[in-house]
Order: sequence, then structure tokens, then C-alpha cells
Amino acid sequence: MNNGTNTEAPLLSVDGLVRYFDVSAPLLNRLIERLDRSFVKAVDGISFDIGRGETFSLVGESGCGKSTVARLIVGLYQPTAGSIEYEGVEIGPRSAAADRKRMQPHMQMIFQDPYASLNPRWRVVDIIAEPIRVRRLLSNKHEILARVGELLSQVGLSPADGERYPHEFSGGQRQRISIARALAGEPEFLVCDEPTSALDVSVQAQILNLMKELQDRLGLTYLFISHDLAVVYHVSTKVGVMYLGRLVEWAETQTLFENPRHPYTRMLLDAIPDLEMSGRQRIPVAGEVPSPINPPSGCAFHPRCPHAEDRCRAEAPLAQNYDGVYVACHGVAEGRIT
Amino acid sequence: MLKKVETSPLLSVRNLRIEFPTRRGTLVAVDDISFDIAPGEILGVVGESGAGKSLTGAAIIGLLEPPGRIAQGEITLEGQRIDNLPYEEIRRIRGRRIGAIFQDPLTSLNPLYSVSRQLVETIQTHLPLNDKEARARALELLDEVGIPGAGERIDHYPHQFSGGMRQRVVIALALCAEPRLIIADEPTTALDVSIQAQIITLLKRLCHDHGTAVMLVTHDMGVIAEAADRVAVMYSGRIAEIGPVQEVVRAAKHPYTHGLMGSIPHIGHHVDQLTQIEGSMPRLQEIPPGCPFNPRCEEATDRCRVERPNLQSVNATEVACHLFDKAGA
Amino acid sequence: MVDRQGSTVHDLSLKDKFVDLILRARDSDIWYSFTRSPTTMIAALVTAIIMLSALFAPWVAPHNPFDLATIDLMDASMPPAWMAEGDSRFLLGTDDQGRGILSTIIFGARISLGVGLASVVFALILGVGLGLLSGYVGGTTDAVIMRIADIQLSFPAILLALLVDGVARGLLPRDTHDELAIYVLVFSIGISGWVQYARTVRGSTLVEKNKEYVQAARVIGRPAVLIMLRHVLPNVMGPVLVIATIHLALAIITEATLSFLGVGVSPTEPSLGTLINVGQDYLFSGEWWITVFPGAVLAILVLAVNLLGDWLRDALNPRLR
Repeated sequence: MNNGTNTEAPLLSVDGLVRYFDVSAPLLNRLIERLDRSFVKAVDGISFDIGRGETFSLVGESGCGKSTVARLIVGLYQPTAGSIEYEGVEIGPRSAAADRKRMQPHMQMIFQDPYASLNPRWRVVDIIAEPIRVRRLLSNKHEILARVGELLSQVGLSPADGERYPHEFSGGQRQRISIARALAGEPEFLVCDEPTSALDVSVQAQILNLMKELQDRLGLTYLFISHDLAVVYHVSTKVGVMYLGRLVEWAETQTLFENPRHPYTRMLLDAIPDLEMSGRQRIPVAGEVPSPINPPSGCAFHPRCPHAEDRCRAEAPLAQNYDGVYVACHGVAEGRIT
Repeated sequence: MLKKVETSPLLSVRNLRIEFPTRRGTLVAVDDISFDIAPGEILGVVGESGAGKSLTGAAIIGLLEPPGRIAQGEITLEGQRIDNLPYEEIRRIRGRRIGAIFQDPLTSLNPLYSVSRQLVETIQTHLPLNDKEARARALELLDEVGIPGAGERIDHYPHQFSGGMRQRVVIALALCAEPRLIIADEPTTALDVSIQAQIITLLKRLCHDHGTAVMLVTHDMGVIAEAADRVAVMYSGRIAEIGPVQEVVRAAKHPYTHGLMGSIPHIGHHVDQLTQIEGSMPRLQEIPPGCPFNPRCEEATDRCRVERPNLQSVNATEVACHLFDKAGA
Repeated sequence: MVDRQGSTVHDLSLKDKFVDLILRARDSDIWYSFTRSPTTMIAALVTAIIMLSALFAPWVAPHNPFDLATIDLMDASMPPAWMAEGDSRFLLGTDDQGRGILSTIIFGARISLGVGLASVVFALILGVGLGLLSGYVGGTTDAVIMRIADIQLSFPAILLALLVDGVARGLLPRDTHDELAIYVLVFSIGISGWVQYARTVRGSTLVEKNKEYVQAARVIGRPAVLIMLRHVLPNVMGPVLVIATIHLALAIITEATLSFLGVGVSPTEPSLGTLINVGQDYLFSGEWWITVFPGAVLAILVLAVNLLGDWLRDALNPRLR
């Protein structure tokens, strides 16, 4: 893994990405009850770059919009605004359909739930062969079968497993099948949405090791979505911390974990249970994530932030670059938080 | 942290075996496990899904879902045997002497009743208080579990609380009747990390203040390290290792525990590859003879494939592994 | 094709697939629950007997009631064979034209089952297709299809069938109508049944659509139509089978009702309903067998199919297991 010192153009570049979900009441109810339209601001202006060969992780609590970002990038959702560029080609909402179609196959996705992400009525061989058939990478039946066998061994399963159905496999094995399917499309970029959070720790280790091994071998770039900071620390080269639809801080992994700047990042790090049992006394931060339908004014974190001032309540902070560390916090900008 | 227990155990489980008769034969989900919980102690029970940890908890409070049944063994609470009681009696013990906290706070609360009503009802079921006293007690409890503005929120309905707040209500509900023991089954799994820490801290403080013992069932070693006094590591329905939490976390003896600890990523020590235990825990119908961990164990010998290891003392912990036979002799 | 682990993925031949299917079926929970329910086994046996004899009517029936050459008016109005004036050739007696009741029942069941099955298939294809479209596409398409379904549900099925039949009679010349009567019947029974399929499939589709395997197929780049057919459809068919079985019983009854009311199949090719209708005229003249036996067969058939449907519903619903 390189240390992100590359100066070449990023593989994926996201700029000002916004996605609102309409959660308004039906038209008739709105007219009669005089309600306004209401939106969930799932993603509210996010920008980041991912370099080739990197693993960029997005962390945050549930409802912070990290999974929505993943789905926006692979095209499962359409962005409300903003741009997504892949290898310098716009694939966001304003892109030409042909560009999108050309770039889309470079990306694949691995999902969270190993039980829901495989069609229960399909044999494993058909599941893995699907991207090959859709993209017409191979046409000969024997070549496809041989390739599926190769993919299965690549993820640590036996080619003979191809004849079985998903329900015959454990959670970890299913996640391997998911990975094999993603690889079948010969992608360069994998979006992994909490790929291990439904697995037991010993199996999680197997999958994380496998993903790392595949990255080294195939030169893959990952966007990794997780709520588990220890996992993120282990896999990523860069980390972005999300809170209520915005990135509050992003930096190189080591920098972020050694010297967290944003109060929310600090709180998250502080909340991790202490396996070392150093006897460190933790101060659990009060409060919970507010509703994204009606986020707090100014900096969304201010109701839970010990450093909040009037300015934080009134004005939303913009991210600023501090030697490669991006932080969106008035306190950090003003030098109040060091 | 090391409490030496001189009193008799609060809860004692002896040779518990839980079976599921199915049409393809009887599955043994929990196989001959024994452990004690001392008054005021927090015992962590950790293991992968399907290891039998939740079933053990369910068996203790008499909530084993049919066709699952206790096939063998004894469960005694304060010297009274509770595994063979008729339904009505175990129901009275549940809530009064053993409280329960489950993973999903929504399933433990009735969505149709206000929080005050549920608390008051539970309090009055177990304690001889009139309406006013019970309400005062409920308010006190909500205050204690850290619900801000308890006075106003007491008449709210469960859906008006957030996930973390609901779990606090569930804890209040479990504490209502001042039980001696609480079975907490994955109490923080459904919660976000920041909330998780709040709940663990709360649970720990309350149990300390009230002298309540806890059986904390979870798959999260971090939670155990944070909260428990002792820990039992379960694998394929058996206890692989049980002992003081520092001992198990810092110097795991059983190869499974050892591998488990190595497979958890740590912030601060960067490793390229995590320790990996090959394979996965066998399904219930495929548990091998001998030590159930033998197919995945790098140190397995022929003996491990035929003879089942029993728990034996090694320093402060007990380990079920043939590797320690000489050490114990 | 051989890789480093020494074994290969090979495609199963058709025969292997068939063997595989049989083995999986034998091992399945459905088969198990079937063997554990004597009621269901009896119901299945009865249904199978009636269906098979209907299918092979020309070989099973003792006489061909439509072959004028074999009908003798001398045999008319004979009681069942076990009665004093019965004839061993006609087990269940004969009607006023000398046709054996048993034979007419077997041929009648053929029409009844044929119409029933055809209208179920028609309703199923229409309903499943529209439901899939409605659930997967959503938006205006969904709203339009579901409003049509709502409107249709406010008409009773029989009324709708009568309406369709009436319109067909009005539009088609008489000869053509008699020729097409059976198709009109299938259409009118089928059209009144699609709503249930559409609603059920729409509901399951909404659930399946959000599952990750469907999202995975979208990321892979499958066109929506193929995702619907290849991924969603197989996973929403369970409840459809249950509805289809229960609907079959209903369709047979509806056909019988329509035929009884005289708007069904032409009397030259009588279904069970027509037989009951014809027979009831003789009820008061003491020739009860002409109407009672077809009625009993109809009742037994519908009961058996319904029992099968109930069992299937329970077996496929994991919550009840």
C-alpha cells in the first residue's frame, strides 16, 4: 500500500455531493393539513478524493449518510446535486449516459448482509457468473465455468462449491461468494458497505485479510464504509468521519487516529471499548445523533459538543485544510481546540 | 477489580445441556456447561453466533423457545432450584429476582403503553406499593438511568424515545423490582458506539450501586473487557475458557480464545494481517467428536480428535484444552 | 479447467438437474410436512384421481356420452346400479337421454377443471406481471395499476363475469359465441381474479426490491426487466402458488355457478355446473342421481383443492411452522 503521497490524478473524485430523500406526507394530506414538504438530508455536501490503490474509509454512527454515499457512487441512487468523477470522467447526475455506461463496470459493490446479498434461488456458479455474462467478458460456457472456479479458489472456496446454493454456506463463506461476484466483473474500484459488520470477529479477520490480499494482488481501490473504528484503522489509508450527512474530518489514517482534531472524532475514539484494560477512565459523551430531517442549526454537532459557542450554533463550518488534515470546525479554525 | 468470592454463589449452573429435537435428529446446542455467578459480579459470556451463549441466558430465565429444552443439569438461584419450576413460578422469579435486558429495546417494551404505565405495572407486580408510591419509584428509576427530564418523559410512549434512551428505559424496567441478577443479552449490539459506551458505563454503575449481579452475553470482546469481572468463552455449546477478565484478555490460554483475541483489530498497533482462525464454527449437526475446536486448531493432536477435554484450573482461569493436561497434573 | 484445488466447476446436465431437483424435494421441509399430514395426503390423492380421470376421460369413462351412436334412449333415467332397477353398465345411473351419469361426470369434470386451470393461469400471468411491474417500477405506474385493482375489487367476481359474458354475447354473433363460449368463460373468470395476485406480488416485490441481491444485480448492470424476471420473480412465487391453488377451487365454483345460471359453456359439452343445472329439473320427479352425483363430485373436488391450498399456505409460511 502506498502512503497516499502520490501526486497523480485521483481515481475517484467527489465534489459537493448532495442527496435528499423526500419524506413528505402524500399530496392530499399536505394540502388538507397544510404541511410543508420535508426532506431527509442524508448527504449534504460532501467532497473527497480517492487515489488509485488507496482504501478510503467513511466512518460514522447510524444515520450519518455513509451508506448513502456508497450507493450514490455506484449509481444505486441519483445525487440531488454535486459531481462524481471517475478517472476524470463525470458520472454524476449531469453526466452523459454513455460515460456512465462506460465507467460503471469499473466499479463493483460488496454489501453488508451476507444473507440478503445472494439470490437464494440461484446456484453459486450462476451468481458469480452473472457479471461475466452481463458484461460479455467471456462467451464460451466452459470458459465461464473455468473462470468461476478460478474466482472461487481466489476467495478461498473450492470450485466444487459452485454447484451449491447460498443457504448451504455460513455467513463468512457467503461474504466470500459476494467478493467473488464483485471480482468477476473485473473492477478496479470496490465499494464495500460494512462488509464485515454482520460477521463474527474470527470470520471478520478472515474477510479483512482476504480483502487486503486481493487489493495487493489485483491493485484494487476500496471505498470502505464502516462504523467500527478499529476495523477502519486496520484497513484504510485515509479516513473520513461523517456526522449527519457531512464530513467533519478526513486525513491519513495514522494522523487521524494519533491526532484527532474534530471534537466528534475525539468523542468517537473515546467511546471505543478499551481492550487494553489500561484502566483509562472514559468520559462518555452525552446525547445522541439528532434527526436528519431537522438537523441542528449551524454546526450539526453543536448540541453534543463541549466546545460549542454562539458561532457554532449559527454558522455551519466549512472544511479547511491543515497540512493535509481537513477539519470542519470553528473551534479548530479559531485555535480554541488544539 | 479482583473480587474474591467468599460467599456462596448467587447463581449456579451445573452440567446444563440444551437440546433441540428436530426431524433429522437431536441437536445439542449447549453441552454440559457449569459456572457460577457470585453476588454483585458481572460475568461476561462471549462467543460467536451459534455458540449457545444466548440459549444459556434464556434457559436461566425460563424463556427457552420450544422445541428447545433443558435435557440435563441444574440451575440454582440462591440455593433454590429453578430449572424445573412450573411456568407460574418461574414467571414470578423472572422480573422479581432475575431481570432481563435484550438486544432490541423495542421488543422488550409494549408500544401501546406509556413508559410510566409499564414501569408502574412491573413495580406493583413485584412490590407492595400503591399507585403514587410506584410512580414515584418509577420516576426515581428513570432519573437513575439518566433520562433527562424524567418528570415530563415518564408519560411518553416507547416510540418517542431514541434507541439509546429506550435501552435506558429497559434497564430501568429490569431494575424495577431490585433483582439479584440481570441477564443482559447483547444489550448494546443494536446501538451506536457512542451510545454503547454510555449504556455499558450505566449498567456497570447501577449494578455496583445496587449490588446486582449480571450475566452479560455478547459477541463483543471490547464490551466484556470494559464491563465484566469474569468471562466465559463459549465455543460450539461448551465453555472453552473461563476466568478473570484480565487474565483471559491479556493471556488467553485456549487456542480458540488466543486466536479470537488476535483476530480483533487494535487501534494503535498496525499489523498487515490479522491473526486468522481458519474455517468457521461447525454447525450444530456437524460438531466433531473430541474437542469441538480440533479441526481449526493448529495444535490439535490425535487425542483432541477423540477425547473431549474438561475444564481444568490453570493459574486463575479454567481451560478446556488438552494442551494444559501436564501443567495441571 | 482444472485449477489448483484439483476439482472443477462443471455444469450439470439436464438429467443431473432433474435428479438434483428430486433429491432436494425429498429433503425439503415441504415434503416433510406433506408426509406428516394425512388430511393433505388424502386431499392430494382425491385431487389426483379426479384430475387424472378427467385428463384421460375417453379411456377412463365407461361410455362416451357425446357419441350419439352409443347412446340408447332405452337406457334413459335409470337409477344407480345398486338400486332395484339399476343396470350394472351404469354405475351411477343415466339421465333422460340415456347417458351414463358417471361418464358425463368424468367428461364434465374435464371441462370444469380445464376452464378452472386456464382461468387461473390467465389470472396468474396477468396479475403477477402487473404486480411485478407495479412493485418494481413504482411511481405513477404503480398508482395507476393499483387504482384499477381497487376499482375492480368493488365489483363482485360473479357480477364481473356476468358482465363480460353479457358484453361478449352482445358483440359476437350467436354461432361464434357458442364456439368461443369457453374462451369467454376463461377470460371472464380470469379477469376477476388477477387483483389478488397483483397485490400479493407487488407487496413481496417491494420487499425483495430492497434486498441487497437485487441491488447487486443493478450494480452489475442488469437491465430492469431481466432483474424483475430472473431475480425478483422466483423469489415472489411462493405466495402466488398458494393463491393459485385456492383460486383454482374458487374458479371451479365460479365456472359451475355461471354454467348453472346458463351463461357458461354450451349445453352440448356440459361441465359439472351444467350437469347440476340440467339435473335439478329432474329432482322432483325422483331422479335425484342426475344432479346429486355431479354436485357431490364438485363439492369433493373443491374441498380437496382447498385443503391442498391451506396446507401449502401453512407449509410455505415459516412463521406458522
